[in-house]
Amino acid sequence: MKYLVCISRTPETTAKIAFTDGNTQFDKNGVQYILNPYDEWYALVRALELKEAGGGTVTVINVGTAENDAVIRKALAIGADDAVRIDTDPKSAMNVAKQISEYVKSNPHDIILCGKETIDYNSGEVGGMIAEFLDIPFVSYGEHLDIEGSSATVKRDIEGGSQTVKVNLPAVISAAKGMAEQRIPNMRGIMMAKRKPLNIVPAVPFEDAATVIGYTLPEGKSAVKMIDPENMDELVRLLQEEAKVL
Amino acid sequence: MSSVKTDRFQFHDHYLVEDLLSDDHRMAREAVREWVKQEVSPIIEECSEKAECPKHLFKGLAEIGAYGPSIPVKYGGGGMDEIAYGVIMQELERGDSGIRSMASVQGSLVMYPIYKYASEEQKMKYLPKLGSGEFIGCFGLTEPDHGSNPSGMVTNIKDDGDAYILNGAKMWITNSPVADLAVVWAKDEEGKIRGMVVEAGSKGFTAPEIHGKLSLRASITGELVFEDVRVPKENVFPEIKGLRGPLSCLSKARYGIAWGAIGAALDCYDSALRYSLEREQFGRPIGGFQLTQKKLAEMITEITKAQLLAWRLGSLANDGKATPAQISMAKRNNVNMALEIAREARQIHGGMGITNEYPIMRHMMNLETVLTYEGTHDIHLLITGMEVTGLNAFK
Ligand SMILES: Cc1cc2nc3c(=O)[nH]c(=O)nc-3n(C[C@H](O)[C@H](O)[C@H](O)COP(=O)(O)OP(=O)(O)OC[C@H]3O[C@@H](n4cnc5c(N)ncnc54)[C@H](O)[C@@H]3O)c2cc1C
Repeated sequence: MKYLVCISRTPETTAKIAFTDGNTQFDKNGVQYILNPYDEWYALVRALELKEAGGGTVTVINVGTAENDAVIRKALAIGADDAVRIDTDPKSAMNVAKQISEYVKSNPHDIILCGKETIDYNSGEVGGMIAEFLDIPFVSYGEHLDIEGSSATVKRDIEGGSQTVKVNLPAVISAAKGMAEQRIPNMRGIMMAKRKPLNIVPAVPFEDAATVIGYTLPEGKSAVKMIDPENMDELVRLLQEEAKVL
Repeated sequence: MSSVKTDRFQFHDHYLVEDLLSDDHRMAREAVREWVKQEVSPIIEECSEKAECPKHLFKGLAEIGAYGPSIPVKYGGGGMDEIAYGVIMQELERGDSGIRSMASVQGSLVMYPIYKYASEEQKMKYLPKLGSGEFIGCFGLTEPDHGSNPSGMVTNIKDDGDAYILNGAKMWITNSPVADLAVVWAKDEEGKIRGMVVEAGSKGFTAPEIHGKLSLRASITGELVFEDVRVPKENVFPEIKGLRGPLSCLSKARYGIAWGAIGAALDCYDSALRYSLEREQFGRPIGGFQLTQKKLAEMITEITKAQLLAWRLGSLANDGKATPAQISMAKRNNVNMALEIAREARQIHGGMGITNEYPIMRHMMNLETVLTYEGTHDIHLLITGMEVTGLNAFK
């Protein structure tokens, strides 16, 4: 079984978010980066578990520039066998999906795993688009994944419950919380990662159909209002008129 | 008071010293920090309060790769460099000096001498199992009447055909009550200090626990008592004779402490900084008062100096150039710096600072041991004094 895990680099969760160039570019200044947790903790670790149980290889793939090599090495330290980086700075999910699907066309894999979303742009589009480009099935929000023969069973997280789906391989599956548990790389893994192959592949030409016009930050949190416990009417009034939740 | 809460620690690196490190070092730091947050922080206050050693962490420390990171992989180590070793010790001590001690002893005081001085056969017999945490080791140098002056030791071995007969007692030995083997230093019939591996379960060998410690409470400490213990000759390190043997191990461990103590200091500073921004008095955060800022500014200045000292020492160690005297200076400076920061951080936390809601008192009490073991604060001063004057002030 050949597993391909799509990984991306995202700002660390406590990073201060700011924009430059008239609010059209994310300000990378002073930002620390991590491996996107959905890719790392769930998609990658489940692929490794399945490989350990049933054999195969786990390749991680990233579309990005050399800046991303540190997080790619981390995926190798956690246990991936090798890595591919498609060398371009993508501006859209569609470009990422296009690059990965072109790679898969010439390097077929049985299962393509990705996180349900990245924790920066949260659009969750890459998985579905890869499947579309390759004309293979896509199952999203998998919280449990098992492989049997040439099909996969995925338990999906849905509003208020779950759904279990059986899908023929090859397929693209996106991983949500629950699919696996975080693995911390150990020192031996970190040292081994240095010797594992990281193949840099040129990108195919791509033109984005959409461009970002601007970003805005959410409004800052307002101060806490204390209300006298005797004055319930005031609480109800504020919830209705200011918070507009009633 | 409940003590299980989320570990909100954030790293501080005012001079971007991390830029001087490699990606591997940074990855090692992150991995060990994550491990500490998951495995150590949730239980450490309680372990410390109850004076219980979290023995299950011996295996966990092995899995993460904290034993002998700079010893070759073939001999159970991690095959990393000295800076990686330092970074790992720092992240462990950020959690607790006792946890760092568990790892320092196993790696630098047990695996290192076996790697350096034992026969190939003995290396293969012990090192892989020590590296994987299957065996726990301890290091016996200090005696009840010989601490700062180990060359006065009375523990001794006598030749008895295929074995030596070992007699004597060691005191203050980290890990000894749970150890499967001890690296013991004793005098031979010529009065030369020799090192040897003594296995637990050998007849006449006991390791009673020392109780009543108010410091390093999550680390188990004991004695080693030898009454006519037969030590097979192949267990005695063949070449190394004299104080140089144990001192070379201490240099390794002291090097790790020079890095480690910064971890404890960072945890105290980080907690104090956060507290100073959240705690309000007289209508504003106490971090806004000049006297609090003086404390915080001096803390981060001292931490930054210690980080640079450790980094430079690490670079020298990687080049094989770090001298025992240089290691002494860094151990002494950095541990004392951490202890002073713990005391200042305690004040910033006001009354809350004396509770187990915050890690400060635990670090402060731990650091009293760290200031004393592996050569006391004053002994390290005398080492520097001797280095610069050429005059020995020890005796
Ligand atoms: C929790 C803990 C764990 C330990 N773990 C280990 C271990 O695993 N293995 C091991 O072998 N040892 C271990 N030690 C022992 C430690 O290394 C000794 O405590 C230390 O070397 C000091 O020895 P001492 O306690 O006998 O103090 P002493 O040597 O009696 O010193 C008492 C005081 O006298 C001062 N002093 C001594 N000589 C001089 C001098 N010439 N000039 C000026 N001042 C001097 C010292 O600086 C100190 O302030 C541990 C100790 C503790 C507390």
